[in-house]
Amino acid sequence: MSGTGGPSLMDSLFQRTLDDLIKGIRLHLPGPAQSTFISKSLDEIRREITSTDLHTKSTALQKLTYLHSLHHFDISFAAFHAVELTSSPSFLHKKTGYLAASLSFRPSTDVLLLLTNQLRKDLSSTNQHEVSLALECLSVICTLDLARDLTPDIFNLLMSSKIFVRKKAVACLLKVFSQYPDAVRVCFKRLVENLETVGGAGDNGTMLAATVGVFCELARKEPRAYLPLAPEFYKILVESRNNWVLIKVLKIFAQLGRLEPRLAKKVVEPICELMKRSEAKSLVFECVRTVVSSFYEYEFAVKLAVEKIREFLLDSDLNLRYLGLQGLLLVAPHHLWAVVENKEVVIKSLSDVDRNIKLEALRLVMSMVCDDNVVEICRVLVGYALKSDPEFCNEILRSMLSTCSKNVYEIIIDFDWYVSLLGEMARIPHCQNGEEIEYQLIDIGMRVKDVRPELVRVGRDLLIDPALLGNPFIHRILSAAAWVSGEYVKFSRNPFEIMEALLQPRTNLLPPSIRSVYIHSAFKVLSFCLHSYLSFEKGASSSPPNFVDIEPGFTYSESEQEFTETDQATSSSALHKRDTFTQESIANVLTLVITSLTPLAESHDVEIQERVRNVLGLARLAQQEISCHNDQKEKMVDKADLKTSIIIRLINDALSEDFGPISFSAQERVPVPDGLVLEENLSKLDSICADVQLPISESFSLVKPIFLPADGDSISNQQNEEESETSAAESTSLLAEHRKRHGLFYLPSDHSKDASSSFPPANDPKQRDNDVDDLVKLTEESLVLKRKPNLSRPRPVVVKLDEGDRLPIAVKKTDENDDLISGAVRDVLLGNEASSHSNNLSGRRKGKSHSKDKVENSETGSSSKRRSKHRNHGKNVEENENGEKGKQKSGGKHKSRRRADGGVDVAVEKPVIPDFLL
Amino acid sequence: MIRAVIVINDQGKPRLVKFYDYQPVEKQQEIIRNIYGVLCSRAENVSNFVQDSTFGPDTRLVYKTFATLYFIVIFDESENELAILDLMQVFVETLDKCFSNVCELDIVFNFNKVHTILDEIILGGQVVEMSSSEVVKSIDDISWLEKNPNSITRVSKSISGWQGR
Repeated sequence: MSGTGGPSLMDSLFQRTLDDLIKGIRLHLPGPAQSTFISKSLDEIRREITSTDLHTKSTALQKLTYLHSLHHFDISFAAFHAVELTSSPSFLHKKTGYLAASLSFRPSTDVLLLLTNQLRKDLSSTNQHEVSLALECLSVICTLDLARDLTPDIFNLLMSSKIFVRKKAVACLLKVFSQYPDAVRVCFKRLVENLETVGGAGDNGTMLAATVGVFCELARKEPRAYLPLAPEFYKILVESRNNWVLIKVLKIFAQLGRLEPRLAKKVVEPICELMKRSEAKSLVFECVRTVVSSFYEYEFAVKLAVEKIREFLLDSDLNLRYLGLQGLLLVAPHHLWAVVENKEVVIKSLSDVDRNIKLEALRLVMSMVCDDNVVEICRVLVGYALKSDPEFCNEILRSMLSTCSKNVYEIIIDFDWYVSLLGEMARIPHCQNGEEIEYQLIDIGMRVKDVRPELVRVGRDLLIDPALLGNPFIHRILSAAAWVSGEYVKFSRNPFEIMEALLQPRTNLLPPSIRSVYIHSAFKVLSFCLHSYLSFEKGASSSPPNFVDIEPGFTYSESEQEFTETDQATSSSALHKRDTFTQESIANVLTLVITSLTPLAESHDVEIQERVRNVLGLARLAQQEISCHNDQKEKMVDKADLKTSIIIRLINDALSEDFGPISFSAQERVPVPDGLVLEENLSKLDSICADVQLPISESFSLVKPIFLPADGDSISNQQNEEESETSAAESTSLLAEHRKRHGLFYLPSDHSKDASSSFPPANDPKQRDNDVDDLVKLTEESLVLKRKPNLSRPRPVVVKLDEGDRLPIAVKKTDENDDLISGAVRDVLLGNEASSHSNNLSGRRKGKSHSKDKVENSETGSSSKRRSKHRNHGKNVEENENGEKGKQKSGGKHKSRRRADGGVDVAVEKPVIPDFLL
Repeated sequence: MIRAVIVINDQGKPRLVKFYDYQPVEKQQEIIRNIYGVLCSRAENVSNFVQDSTFGPDTRLVYKTFATLYFIVIFDESENELAILDLMQVFVETLDKCFSNVCELDIVFNFNKVHTILDEIILGGQVVEMSSSEVVKSIDDISWLEKNPNSITRVSKSISGWQGR
């Protein structure tokens, strides 16, 4: 650019103005033509902006600012020119420069500091509009350096005689404070003084509005620091007639009232007065919001607020209706009756044209849900979901799912109902919440034993419907349905039907990951059928099927044993229908399995291929067994039993082991065994597992397989045992082994339990039993408390872990600057300014951690001080008050007189209110 | 505080963009795009509020349609929704007074002046003036200052052109 040697005379003469540029842009169609035009103009501007003629430069900068603000071009190259123009004597040029700076400068702009002097000059200008330009610019681009350097100038403006300048300085102060908290020490007193300019000369309330606005922002971040100012705010609350001011004061009291109940008592009546009296809806709504969010303990105020909310709800203006619903949402946590009272309006709003209103109504409906009405409300909501547009329909489903599952399904008593509701949701045409429904179906299956039969029925209904397979959104649900049908197949009325459903041709519409779940479930169903058939055959002559586990070191806890027995009771009662597991039906199933899965054995998807081979391995083995059974029924029965049925029994035993919910921190709680080096290279393990590929990752199971690397010896020993037992069908044994390892990991042997007494593994059966017992107790208690004699049956036991089941939410970090600001405010208000000022400065220089410590110290210091004031307050109110005031404000005599007048009156009225509130 | 004031037309083209916290240009573009997406999907005659999470969970958005333009204000919980609606009314009234029957073209071609008007109403995210007549008075002052040199070194627009020659 320097090569061009500056713009020629012709450039200046025929320079395009901003209007020309805008016209040009509008003439060219958006797309290449327009961008060519703009880049051509940019080239011109780059030349023009280096001009020595300020007018040319200013026009160029105007164009750049326009292009930056509305066409998002980078104009950082012009930053210096903007600074240059701000120092122009011409107001127009100055304004152009400041506008460019405030719209395009960023905290990292390097010429920012060059602006300091000019800003200082303009802040002290006699022309109020020049001051205003500087303030506006500073309020946007303020950095720590600018704030520090210009604090004295802003301070001067805070007592300017021109309201026009003063209110802008106050508004700008907020940004200065946030960048440079120490400015609070300088400016705070003057800011407080501005609170008392009610009805100042020629002011229409904007001065006070700006000041209160700043306090409102400050108090939002750390309200406690502003409690000492409560008397000033109270005065404004009762005296001001400016709605804007009142709204901000109400917002301040909403914060302060939560901290100081006595203050709440004092302001709640004036607020009610305002609420009754005011015509302005904005103010009325603010009153309502303040009352229901902070002063909800005052029955009469809440009643009045709810009345107003009702007026809003019945208004024809949609905005008011929306806000009415929002207000109701704020009332709901403490006064549910208000929502119930307006139930019809809320429900009706669910079908409003406005999405916002519908959403608020939905939230309200959800807030009404409790264990008594959850069934009814969900029925209504499903009705609305069917009628609604897809987006809102899913919103409804989402909130139903999250409300019902809150706190481990706290509000659900009838799980059979809930599970069938989940099934129903899957059939809603727009349903896109497959993932959550999938999670819950499996989660409930694992947590609530009693619901499993119903779960299997729901799963069956979903699986046998071929139409559902065509909807990709519910594939995840089908995956869960397949999993529960396989896992809990013993509850199924007709396992053959499930097998047919799992292998139906349309399953080729499923993605491979879900299809492999189907196939694995088919494997479980098959093994169950075979086992039932064989044990039934055997049972005809000898004892009932033997479920005692053969694995050494593996023990069922008592309740689990009971459970298994009752399971057997149910399943064997099904078996008593003699025709269920006939030789013929088993043969049919085997044929079905083999014919439908054989083509898949060559599938390109490893997961499918592997699982198909597992199933086929078992099926072929069983087929031989059945046929040999058939041929030599009499002679060979014993021998066949020895071989195949042992295998099948093994597999079935492995499969019928229960999954339980796993805590998120389970892995951390597993103790590291002695002598185990976790960092060691796993090459040793490789050689052991060379021929054993463990099936990893069942996408749906919450139990992520985690292999506990144990001593190599024990693994190989175990493996040897297994190999000798199951050499006949390798593919099937792999699965059994996988299961076994799961068991080894989650249900550790006695030995490891001793070692881990302090940190029990998450799924330790004994531990779980304790939990269950506790829960049983808890449920009993809650039942007693709620007194529900009409409860037809008790809520089933829900397995809960002792901590949060889903991931904990990160704790919100507070802004350090806020701490600093409020620390400074406290210092100023409580009068220990002088002592800590220098401290704080040095602290900031030394480093953040140091200054933070200081602030904390000052906080504890000030709070203890306050406490001591509380203590001796009862003895002599007035004296204490004067002392307090002396501390608070060293300057301003007339002010303290006023305060004394007002203060004594109220103190006599209500002696319980602490000194500093009056 | 008020976080941003934005005016876009019904094609999604920005006409006025003012953020009161620093936002990188890319972020600004993204926000405008998002807002436009939300606003066009809203039917007519619905409420003027949108729950907006562009600036964090507590921000709200109020918009108002005037002819071909959406006027949008983004603010946090220390503002009152209905008061902000009033404020928008004040802003539009002021525009109307300054341009007599304001239309989109006025805003397109008076980029600087629209900013000046806005700056008289909101400063640093705080409302400093709620009376449109007061704002008009200030704007008149400023226009006079822009046109009239009140110092010997100041030259008006036309003269500087001649000087350049």
